[in-house]
Amino acid sequence: MEHIITPKVEYVKLLNKYAEKKSALGTLYLTATHLIYVEQTNNARTETWVLHHHIVSVEKLPLTASGCPLLIRCKTFQLLHLLFQRERDCQDVYQSLLRLSQPVKEEELYAFLYNPHQNEEDRRQGWEFISVANDFSRMGLSNDYWEISHLNKNYEAAICRCSQPLSGLTSRCVEDEQMLQAISQANPNCPFIYVVDTRPKLNAMANRAAGKGYENEDNYSNIRFQFQGIENIHIMRNSLQKLLEVCSVKSPSMSDYLTGLENSGWLRHIKSVMDAGVFLAKAVCEERASVLVHCSDGWDRTAQVCSLACILLDPYYRTIKGLMVLIEKEWISFGHKFSHRCGHLDTDPKEVSPVFTQFLECVWQLSEQFPCVFEFNEHYLIEIHNQVYACQYGNFIGNCQKERLDMRLHEKTFSLWPHLLKNQHLYRNPLYRRSLESTVLRPSTLPLHFKFWCGMYNHYDRGMHPKQSVLDQLLSLTQKQEEGERTMTELQRQLAVADGVLPDPSGPINTPTEQDSPSEKTPTAPFVQSNGSCLPLVNGDAEEAGPGAEKCIDKEGAEPGATEHDLTSSEDKPVSVETEHSKEEVQESS
Amino acid sequence: MEFAELIKTPRVDGVVLHRPFMPTVEGTLCLTGHHLILSSRQDNTEELWLLHANIDSIEKRFVGSLGTIIVKCKDLRVIQLDIPGMEECLNIASSIEALSTLDSVSLMYPFFYRPLFEVIEDGWQLFVPEEAFKDLESMTDEWRLSEVNKDFSVCPSYPSLLTVPKDIDDESLCKAASFRHGGRFPVLSYYHKKNGMVMMRAAQPLTGTNGRRCKEDEKLINATLCAGKRGYIIDTRTIAVAQQAKARGGGFEQEANYAQWRRIHKAIERSNVLQEGLIKLVEACNDQSHSMDRWLSKLEASNWQSNVKEILTTACLAAQCIDREGASVLVHGTEGTDSTLQVTSLAQIILDPACRTIRGFEALIEREWLQAGHPFQQRCAQSAYSNGKPRSEAPVFLLFLDCVWQILRQFPCSFQFNENFLIMLFEHAYASQFGTFLGNSVAERLKLLLSQKTVSLWSWVNRPQELERFLNPLYEPNNLVIWPSVAPQSLLLWEGVFLRWNRSTKCLDEAYQEMVHIIEYNKELQNKVNSLRRQLAQLETEDGPLQTP
Repeated sequence: MEHIITPKVEYVKLLNKYAEKKSALGTLYLTATHLIYVEQTNNARTETWVLHHHIVSVEKLPLTASGCPLLIRCKTFQLLHLLFQRERDCQDVYQSLLRLSQPVKEEELYAFLYNPHQNEEDRRQGWEFISVANDFSRMGLSNDYWEISHLNKNYEAAICRCSQPLSGLTSRCVEDEQMLQAISQANPNCPFIYVVDTRPKLNAMANRAAGKGYENEDNYSNIRFQFQGIENIHIMRNSLQKLLEVCSVKSPSMSDYLTGLENSGWLRHIKSVMDAGVFLAKAVCEERASVLVHCSDGWDRTAQVCSLACILLDPYYRTIKGLMVLIEKEWISFGHKFSHRCGHLDTDPKEVSPVFTQFLECVWQLSEQFPCVFEFNEHYLIEIHNQVYACQYGNFIGNCQKERLDMRLHEKTFSLWPHLLKNQHLYRNPLYRRSLESTVLRPSTLPLHFKFWCGMYNHYDRGMHPKQSVLDQLLSLTQKQEEGERTMTELQRQLAVADGVLPDPSGPINTPTEQDSPSEKTPTAPFVQSNGSCLPLVNGDAEEAGPGAEKCIDKEGAEPGATEHDLTSSEDKPVSVETEHSKEEVQESS
Repeated sequence: MEFAELIKTPRVDGVVLHRPFMPTVEGTLCLTGHHLILSSRQDNTEELWLLHANIDSIEKRFVGSLGTIIVKCKDLRVIQLDIPGMEECLNIASSIEALSTLDSVSLMYPFFYRPLFEVIEDGWQLFVPEEAFKDLESMTDEWRLSEVNKDFSVCPSYPSLLTVPKDIDDESLCKAASFRHGGRFPVLSYYHKKNGMVMMRAAQPLTGTNGRRCKEDEKLINATLCAGKRGYIIDTRTIAVAQQAKARGGGFEQEANYAQWRRIHKAIERSNVLQEGLIKLVEACNDQSHSMDRWLSKLEASNWQSNVKEILTTACLAAQCIDREGASVLVHGTEGTDSTLQVTSLAQIILDPACRTIRGFEALIEREWLQAGHPFQQRCAQSAYSNGKPRSEAPVFLLFLDCVWQILRQFPCSFQFNENFLIMLFEHAYASQFGTFLGNSVAERLKLLLSQKTVSLWSWVNRPQELERFLNPLYEPNNLVIWPSVAPQSLLLWEGVFLRWNRSTKCLDEAYQEMVHIIEYNKELQNKVNSLRRQLAQLETEDGPLQTP
């Protein structure tokens, strides 16, 4: 708390990017963990919560006639443009946020304060919920060929990972060569293994001069060497930076937008990761070859590519729990440097890079091409992304397993996964079909099949999103379905009683018996969603349960004439992008 | 003329058909007067029936004596036929070329097509101006139906009946017509029930370089304004283009003469530019190279998405003037048959929930496109694979459908029809067995005796068996104005049309089926629950209330 100079400032404007007149006037609060903006209009109270850890930069803009502007950018791609009446307040908030958003020590991270109303036993179970060792046994390991590492049980071909060899220009290592030979021999189906270097060839060659490099095909028997061309963390960081600039332009022309998208290179990089993942999956499932993957250090590009290949090959990783296992295994336990890459602490900004974000986007791109094969929906990916940066749970703190052990995270913080599982009804893909699950995914990687992920990078620009959501509509239908099935069972029981087929129930009629419900899909019975989009059914009668999507329109329709455009000017006006809901629901960022 | 003269080789055996994402088919190729048919004569293999009118262009290649014809269709599909024998291949190619470029409309397939279904509801009689006027009359008595254009002499591209302000007589209409390009004087396009504001459309005024004016024209549009109220003139052209039009006798409304109106210029491209854009876009979509930068820069250079954005923005502007500003609007560009119609029809979809139903949308297309004189035959003569210099081809209607799809994507529950309905309209506008989109105006259609000699598209579409495919399972009538976002991030490439043949639709079809399944299962479930309730209630009234021991 010692960093908060002013805990409360009144009459702060929250500027609306599209319609100045729609800007809100409210009160700003700073707590130890959050920035909270409260807007109180006639009868509605709107709260916007922003976690300090989510703030990536705070910028004081030049003074204007209407006040002192403060621009807050978040790792969740939220952008807050505040306007203070007094310079003093602006300065105080600025300084407080600078400090609060950049913790210096691990102990300052939210996870060390946060307790989701759980006891020690819950905590222990939460941490044990996802176990990497269990996953290896799920895959059918260890068998006669393998002791550890991971493998696709259908093919007996394996994907292995490591870092670059320290080959320099001439040196070699016989033990390393023998180990590759062993990996190769562990796969009886294919006489060779692929060695995939995920870097562009030029980068790998440059590394050779520094005593590192890549495998010489002459020294290793039976390897096929392949470069993939995924750029390094610095190029990715700059690319995201450029992409976000495109996203935040006020009302860009289509041409500006498309040119900006191209110049950012973002989709090109996403495609390069996807291409590499597809290469791995093909090698394993079509050529039945094992693959050894590395980049420079083996914890960024390698993690992206291996985890993506796992999703392409194994339907288990396309489930809600499977993705948790995959992240736990390929990212957390193999030492993706989350603390550095996400900039959890005030450390070297050159270590920050959206490597994990790119992985999530690749999964999203796949879900666009294959709408029925993932058990989870877009919200799940976005929630995981937010949680990675939030540091509210301990999973993504630290740079490797050893650091995490040293911090005693399992004793001091809670695990994210039980929390996500508890809310899994929000993250379910209603179109998910188990019958399709056994297939290997073969996505198209033609450029035109990659889309800009508006739901992620313009997540907070609600006006840009479809005003009615098919996903929400279907989610509410599947819930209605569960209610309906329960009601039907109960009615059938009552009918049987009335017909005398069943004996009269003793005592008051029981609540519908859960185990009779044919739907075993969702274990958590009555849904009360935080967004209030699904009304509980009264008497199982469906008529009143309107879809959440419609509410948005009601709001729109309820305030005609809310924007007045100066129609006299012939200048291009953003006619409709401003159709943001002024009465935004509580935006909780954690 | 006999088609037989054009068919040099009526059939060839051993032809191999290649289609993207489908297995190759070997069979017999037959040419008829209107179709290219490939049949394997085996069960379970789909035959190919391609209308010659659907063929945009062909390419031939030879390797030894094996000829290959690449057939590029107006619906953007590309197929390949391997034909053994050089002579056969050349004959087939020249026959296809001749048959797909017939000059005379009366030789087109709709004049030969005999439906295999019984026409129950004749689409030709479905949307007559008198009916639309009855609706209007129930809301306001400010308007009348004029027969001034009975013999199409005042305006050849207008229908014979037009809705005009009640106080303006036919003589004034004639004078106003002589002041507007092509005689297209301002007429009613849409009446906004909520506040009584109207949208009118016209062609550009013929002010010329010396600033001609026409009192009757001024009076005509002023008659639509309430006392003391201003209106908006939306000129779909930039001010620069409108200025240039003066030199050719056209122009725009001068403030001095139209003091009660404010003019707003937008920048919707002219039709020949749109055609170039379509060609570039489709070329980009067919590019198999793996360079992301190349794809994005080609997409940008086609300007297609920019055009979508500009058209939608202008339509939103018109809708906003009417609904939010409470002002009447006059829309025009140069000829009033292209961008004008895009804007007036899209604005109605935004404002009027009736246009979002199947019947309402059909009525909109009749009213704002067919009867309003969009030259379908000229605009849709060629599509994205046309080789020659475009004459008057332009994807004006396709752009309109694309804009509708954008709104549909943003409001997936507010339309009674689905994306397939829009794609079907695109296909039939370019090549069809039905007569609906033949001709360039009502006058031309009458002369061709289309309603006697051809079947209307609506007669077929509105049959329950066909309609089923086009119904949106998510539809829940929504009486509100729907404001689409026109931010670039909100406007996507219409994959259903442009990537339709470049991807496997298996997964997307499965997703759609699953969605339909969820919705239908729910309905069924609710019905069962209700029927059980009734049964229980009945039992209880028969037996008296249940007694618990």
